Amino acid sequence: MGDLLWILVSAMVVNNFTLFYFLGLCPFMGVSARVDTALRMGAANIFVLILTSLCAWFLNTFILPYAPFLRLISFIVVIASLVQIVEMVIKKVSPALFRQMGIYLPLITTNCAILGLAIFQTNRGYGFLQGMAFAVGAGLGLTLALVLMASIRENTELADIPEVAKGTALIFIIAGSLSLAFMGFAGMLSAT
Amino acid sequence: MRETTPQQDLLRGIWRENPVLIQMLGLCPALAVTNTVANSIAMGLATFFVLCGSSVLVSLLKRFIPHEVRISTYILIIASFVTVADMTLEALVPVIHKALGAFIPLIVVNCMILGRQEAFAAKRSVGRSLLDAAGTGVGFIIALLMLGAVREVIGYGTFLGISLFGPSYEPWVVMILPPGGFLTLGFLLLGLNWVRRHREKRATLGEWPEGVRKEEAA
Repeated sequence: MGDLLWILVSAMVVNNFTLFYFLGLCPFMGVSARVDTALRMGAANIFVLILTSLCAWFLNTFILPYAPFLRLISFIVVIASLVQIVEMVIKKVSPALFRQMGIYLPLITTNCAILGLAIFQTNRGYGFLQGMAFAVGAGLGLTLALVLMASIRENTELADIPEVAKGTALIFIIAGSLSLAFMGFAGMLSAT
Repeated sequence: MRETTPQQDLLRGIWRENPVLIQMLGLCPALAVTNTVANSIAMGLATFFVLCGSSVLVSLLKRFIPHEVRISTYILIIASFVTVADMTLEALVPVIHKALGAFIPLIVVNCMILGRQEAFAAKRSVGRSLLDAAGTGVGFIIALLMLGAVREVIGYGTFLGISLFGPSYEPWVVMILPPGGFLTLGFLLLGLNWVRRHREKRATLGEWPEGVRKEEAA
């Protein structure tokens, strides 16, 4: 149990996907202008990450031992089709939820965080429960980074920023400082 | 689409529409593996290979790919080339392959590659697609090298492993850690912005005397 908790915490803050591995930077840049959109994007991300972890575990256990060179291709195909199916189901079952979350799902499918999770999980040889903990932790970490970024950006809107620094340059410098702050959590890794 | 000459197709991606510095595509590998120049080169070349290969193949197959499933088909083609690149690197340079780790398979989801297929290779001839892919690939390598050089020189005090400042130099470890990637790119963009604004200002200033002269002549 402690092991699972540790995987979750480490994926969430110590090795945060966005701020440590640079995964999922597109939504980090694209939908971090408002806190509420950031939260929805985060929720959609957690959901897809859990699905991905499930898929990757299934493929790794039952299919890929027989054909390791198909790893990458099968990950992509299975994850993309599964998300597509889930999107259709949500649209049918709950149109309200679809309006809230649906538009983000296709965007997420080709997000590097998703494939990154599948690959990291494979490389580290995580089992089913460990994979789940990893997925939830990574999803929470992405959400945390997105929401932090969005709240900082909302505040910078009214601030007096030099003209040259406006736009992406500023976002990267803020991200750098956030990443620097998150490096502090690395101490937890060596302490235990 | 606007007609372009072959030279334009080749040169456009290198600087004016540089994938990383201008279009902000392919950021994940551009930041994650650029802590040394050698890693940057390996990543750049692998991406270059995948981009050229998939552009040629997509362009060749464009008549046979059904419109509805085109994105999935592109991804499959890209994934096949990435698998080839992954295995080649593992066989040729195992040290660098290990350093790049999970980021080689992640070339598949580099939006820059998919973007070129959708925007260019799916509509144009094979030759033009190859030129466009080569230009964009070179632009990507240039951006990676700029980041890699800054980070390695400041972070390790070396360039391609050769010591630059002697043993008394205290390396800025932060530059080779993740925050260094964000900060380097942030300040690089800031610099580019500054140069662009400076140039625009000079261009508008330069127009003044001519306009005045025209009025005088009239």
